Amino acid sequence: MSSVRVLVGTRKGAFVLTSDAKRSRWDVQGPHFGGWEIYHLKGSPADPNRLYASQSSSWFGQVIQRSSDGGRTWETVGNKFTYDGTTGTHQWYDGTPHPWEFARVWHLEPSLTDPDTVYAGVEDAALFRTTDGGQSWHELAGLRTHTSAPSWQPGAGGMCLHTILLDPSRPDRIFVAISAAGAFRSDDGGATWRPINRGLRSEGIPDPNAEVGHCVHRIAMHRARPGVLFMQKHWDVMRSDDAGDSWREVSGGLPSDFGFPIDVHAHEPETIYVVPIKSDSEHYPPDGKLRVYRSRTGGDEWEELTQGLPQRHCYVNVLRDAMAVDSLDPCGIYVGTTGGQVYASADAGDHWAPIVRDLPAVVSVEVQTLP
Amino acid sequence: MTIRVVLPAHLRTLARVNGEVKVDVTAPVTVATVLDALEATYPMLRGTIRDQVSRQRRPFLRFFACEEDLSHDPADRPLPDAVANGAEPLLVVGAMAGG
Repeated sequence: MSSVRVLVGTRKGAFVLTSDAKRSRWDVQGPHFGGWEIYHLKGSPADPNRLYASQSSSWFGQVIQRSSDGGRTWETVGNKFTYDGTTGTHQWYDGTPHPWEFARVWHLEPSLTDPDTVYAGVEDAALFRTTDGGQSWHELAGLRTHTSAPSWQPGAGGMCLHTILLDPSRPDRIFVAISAAGAFRSDDGGATWRPINRGLRSEGIPDPNAEVGHCVHRIAMHRARPGVLFMQKHWDVMRSDDAGDSWREVSGGLPSDFGFPIDVHAHEPETIYVVPIKSDSEHYPPDGKLRVYRSRTGGDEWEELTQGLPQRHCYVNVLRDAMAVDSLDPCGIYVGTTGGQVYASADAGDHWAPIVRDLPAVVSVEVQTLP
Repeated sequence: MTIRVVLPAHLRTLARVNGEVKVDVTAPVTVATVLDALEATYPMLRGTIRDQVSRQRRPFLRFFACEEDLSHDPADRPLPDAVANGAEPLLVVGAMAGG
């Protein structure tokens, strides 16, 4: 019988939540790495028992953990993230050039085919890769040395590479997103990159239609249709039907088109999910009601999903990596909040229930569907 | 020489040790040579006390010994005799956090 394993990264440790396919009774394990910030943990699609976790601390820096038994035990692997060659500069908040400085790993994306190959998105924005199970990390420097890079600026949360999408149909195609530079695509395995931000419009930058400088919060794709991308931008929900070459807004009638995560239903490539947040200075749901919005038309038309979610006095946020879907049928949706709740829906969003209510602030949620 | 080192709780957990750790150091006994020995014995601590490239102390950590703050001393300055002869430990201390 199938089961699911939900990997939760929080401000104070990692938690592993497991259930059978009914997704009604859960076993909660953790905290792992108690007291440390766990920005992200994710399993290998090629070996579900191989997990990687980004563990960091303002005191002790970056640690990478690896599990080979589905999260029961962990071992430290390499944590040396050194920019390749000349470091260069990006724009600082005051407009002066500022040298790239490694702060932490925001996102780990294991290869679709090799458990020992993992991509790491880091702050200050760059992409690293390991091919030896995390023992050593090497920068794919073509991104950081892109001609536009000296003009990139951090958002309020730092200049982070937070999204990595691997195209299952084209092994050399990688998408990444950086706050606040925008989305980029490589068609040669990460050697060279091009900005893919045409159609984005951001009022908070000097040229709202600039090639780079957009605060992209998250991009998502469906495995079966990797040329179609969905984006939650700082403001605006966007869609691309040409692998990012152009974008159009699909916010429709959302109560707010500000938000952080976006994800796609496991079996319906036109069904997408967002969590509207009131504004860029009020990081909580509009009207104190936590609502997930679902579009079954790939955007533009949205329905609110509220059953089982708090509909009064709710002022939590859902961060960019804190929504995920399983691949059971019906598809399960999972949302983690800064209030420490992880909500799950086993029916594609129609009904929700908390798996846990009182974890530390949730930073990331990933799901593994196990045979 | 066997040097005693006291680590913060999170680093003891990471290194899977309890209490003080002891490392063998060839003279001169300095912060740099003690950390070299510590990282050789416990490779999971690499990068958590000092940067792996610049070898600079991480800013929220301090080095104390014999009731003195040695954090701003050059890393190659000999540590007090009491640390070198094992009478006193070198303390790696995390900055206090409130709130």
